[in-house]
Amino acid sequence: MGLLSSSVSITRYRVEGNLEKPVIETVTAALKKDSISEIDDHASELTVGWTSFDNPYQPSFEGSSFVFGTYLIFSLRIDKKNIPSKIIKKYCAIEMAKKMEVTGRKYLAKNEKKMIKDHVFNVLSLRVPATPNIYDVLWNYEDASLWFFSNLKVANEKLESLFAESMKLKLIRLFPYTIAQLTAGLSDLELDVLAQLTPAKFTE
Amino acid sequence: MLDVAVAYNRFKFLGDEFLTWLWFIIENDPGYLKNMSPAKPSLEIGNRIVLENRHQQTVESITIKGDDADLEEGILALRKGAVVIEMNLCLKSDDQEWRFTIKGESLNISGFKTPFAGPVDTAEDIEGAVIEKAYLYDQAIQLIDNLFKKFTKTRISNDWQNKVIPLIRKWIYAS
Repeated sequence: MGLLSSSVSITRYRVEGNLEKPVIETVTAALKKDSISEIDDHASELTVGWTSFDNPYQPSFEGSSFVFGTYLIFSLRIDKKNIPSKIIKKYCAIEMAKKMEVTGRKYLAKNEKKMIKDHVFNVLSLRVPATPNIYDVLWNYEDASLWFFSNLKVANEKLESLFAESMKLKLIRLFPYTIAQLTAGLSDLELDVLAQLTPAKFTE
Repeated sequence: MLDVAVAYNRFKFLGDEFLTWLWFIIENDPGYLKNMSPAKPSLEIGNRIVLENRHQQTVESITIKGDDADLEEGILALRKGAVVIEMNLCLKSDDQEWRFTIKGESLNISGFKTPFAGPVDTAEDIEGAVIEKAYLYDQAIQLIDNLFKKFTKTRISNDWQNKVIPLIRKWIYAS
């Protein structure tokens, strides 16, 4: 879901650490280094990378194009080839029958079946285009806050690992405890009390 | 600092209690919200509220859906020991309206709808639209963050057990 959609989901993060200055040049280089690569002509099943917010199918980060006012806005793109298991099963059965006919055997060894399955998967992967999923990222560098426009667990995990790899900065997911700990302005004593809390009982 | 995954699971209850407290505030103390900002915002329960009652072995979920739904079943669930785990909210401020759903355990926001932002007809419109949309998201997020901060301060104070819990119990058992 995109930032400009009529209905969005947001997962919030705190960004820990600072980038090397000048910041925009550092971000540009990081986004370029890990920008999405096409896998339609490769056997790869999955690829993850950065792309442009306003042109997600032809990423370009030139000329600070990801800077919108005080925000840095780009997208995470996850391309995945989805080959239905029934199609894999069909072609495996065909290939196994061919192999048995050529060798004159009635059965195939476990590793032979596995090799056929891998071969079928690789051949089909070359024919099936990857489905792109795009998730927008809004980064307020000065505030050290980042909004990721998805609540999907897999997408959030991919964001956290790619962001750490590209920017060399850690993303801390904001959930009740981290919001209380990092943003509520609690004293050390109050943080100790927070850490000792147990569920309340609202009933009599 | 606690490991993030450990902290997430250990303190899931904090977000659920926040939503339960927020429902209590919405029903019993609307002035609390109006005093939080010069724009005098108001919050209403939207079209969905989910409660969960965790027994020793089992988990019971109660979902109330629909515009202007009767929340009596929810109060009954609270009386039986449930807490709110998910809530759809409608925020109104200066003739503008936001709608969103918050999940207690993560405070993640979904189904987030802002007031209408200007149309994007050309590539040049995008920057303005993005900045306006980000501002609109931020308005609602800031209000929720400020409410959560106030809740946290109260939750770790003696007032929680001595004043807030008795008031919430009074509300739950009132009808």
